[in-house]
Amino acid sequence: MSLLERETSGVVMTPDNIRTRKLPVAIDLGIAVVALVLAAAIVLGAGIGNWVLVIVVGAILYLVGLYFAAGRVEGKRAAKNKIARAMIYSACILAVLPLASVVWTLVSKGAARLDGDFFGSSMNNIGARDANGGAYHAIIGTLEQVGIATLMAVPLGVLGAIYLVEYGRGRFALTVRFFVDVMTGIPSIVAGLFVLAFWVLIVSPWFNNGTPRFSGFAASLALTVLMLPTIVRSTEEMLRLVPGPLREGAYALGVPQWKTILRVVLPTALPGIVTGVMLAVARAAGETAPVLLVAGGAAAINMDPFSGNQSSLSLFVYQQASDASKFAPDRAWTAALTLVALVLILTIAAKLLARRNRLS
Amino acid sequence: MAKRIEASGVSSYYGSFKAIDGISMTVEPKTITALIGPSGCGKSTFLRSINRMHEVLPNARIEGRLTIDDQNIYDPDVDVTAVRRMIGMVFQRPNPFPTMSIYENVVAGLKLNGVKKKSVLDDAAEKSLKSANLWDEVKDRLNRPGAGLSGGQQQRLCIARTIAVEPQVVLMDEPCSALDPISTLAIEDLMFKLKDRFTIIIVTHNMQQAARVSDKTGFFSIDKTGEPGRLIEYDDTQKIFSNPTEKKTEDYITGRFG
Repeated sequence: MSLLERETSGVVMTPDNIRTRKLPVAIDLGIAVVALVLAAAIVLGAGIGNWVLVIVVGAILYLVGLYFAAGRVEGKRAAKNKIARAMIYSACILAVLPLASVVWTLVSKGAARLDGDFFGSSMNNIGARDANGGAYHAIIGTLEQVGIATLMAVPLGVLGAIYLVEYGRGRFALTVRFFVDVMTGIPSIVAGLFVLAFWVLIVSPWFNNGTPRFSGFAASLALTVLMLPTIVRSTEEMLRLVPGPLREGAYALGVPQWKTILRVVLPTALPGIVTGVMLAVARAAGETAPVLLVAGGAAAINMDPFSGNQSSLSLFVYQQASDASKFAPDRAWTAALTLVALVLILTIAAKLLARRNRLS
Repeated sequence: MAKRIEASGVSSYYGSFKAIDGISMTVEPKTITALIGPSGCGKSTFLRSINRMHEVLPNARIEGRLTIDDQNIYDPDVDVTAVRRMIGMVFQRPNPFPTMSIYENVVAGLKLNGVKKKSVLDDAAEKSLKSANLWDEVKDRLNRPGAGLSGGQQQRLCIARTIAVEPQVVLMDEPCSALDPISTLAIEDLMFKLKDRFTIIIVTHNMQQAARVSDKTGFFSIDKTGEPGRLIEYDDTQKIFSNPTEKKTEDYITGRFG
């Protein structure tokens, strides 16, 4: 036998023979069925678990059985390949499982209050024994707070990233990058406390006859602090991916640097930047602590983000989930479903917008 | 339309590393000049010094004097974008802007420099694409992405883009090294055609190409790695390839180098 000749289950692979036997699909399926039956017998027979454990044990038994069967028929290398592929598929299913479970829970439990009343009314004058009441005020709050925060964070974040990639040299740029990294790890409650101490207690009295005042805008400020590092870092990575020769191509046409960035570099990186921005928006829309700290929460509709308490969807979920009323949990589930749907719609809209910019 | 380039004692540095040392040469208008030599001998560095693309890299600087029709390119009050509008450049790898269509790519230089009139842009696009021998191939799909063309077409698109801003001088940094022989031939034909309007300087590793297209040839070399590149000989292409003065040049073009 030469170096690369191998004997697999009686078939010698030589340069003149490159065929091997394949494991029939029926046997593959058979192993799966036997593995599941065996697992059910072991688990249920011994009384140590329910159907979840049956599937886990069944999967392991199937992998072992498949390895030996494939090893006998196709050879060791092919068997390893089969096992590796089966494990990758399992990992993929395991990763998707929690997501599907969350979506299913939200939809099944949130559907109960998915009515016009929920989207058309607030919690003003809703007592513990009232079945109606809605999240209109919270939806307004989330849209306004996240909207204003996005308006502030996106220009700042993108411009900051442009500075870091295109202009930043030396110690100052390194310092900025370091602090952006540090900011990524700020807990949202700390951002809330910062805005509470700085904006609500010090700045807002200037506009309110000397009395501190909660507002949706204060929540926007806290959300901006949280969104900035995500936007800066993701935009920075995307701008670095834009090939240098593209910039040089524009410079060689006599295009100034700022115009090169605006018309060549940014459009090329746009889809990635949009993804980063949407991640930041999704994170901000789900934040509860800062809103509670600096917007205070409210039961009534407050359209003005610059004065007075406001609620938000995530805060609404938190308050309803801990409410004693028997009607509150349904409202909490529906609000959670609304929040997820809102973020999903925004993400899809942003992706479509970014794609419109690309050539087909 | 075409201008004379004069270099005297040009040395370029990347930080403390001296890449080329004291290059002096004069490039006449409406000629094609080829720069040949082994890898790392500073041909591209010299070429990039001519339109101040050299300084795009951090810590890059230059000594000596480079003039275009007696205007010093490196005077402190010179606007670098004006220099680059006057001295266009075609790169080794085709680099069409990926977010732009073929049409937008060609007029990018005009549009990004403030030309807005549709009729002017349309005329410039057609004229440049025709000059670049690309019009017939793309006239029915001007709105398709520029990146969807073949490599040779992309390179001609980049040439069209360069000549659309009507420069005086066109620099080409190994424009055919990523292309097949047929596309190479198309671009060489194109260079002959462009010679009537522009001064062309081309860096090439292909000595047959230098011999075919150029009027004058400059041979660059280095003594050893880490030393700066030097211009060994600069003369009529005819003379360089038949009867070079320097022994080093002869060794290189006959393949006895190193």
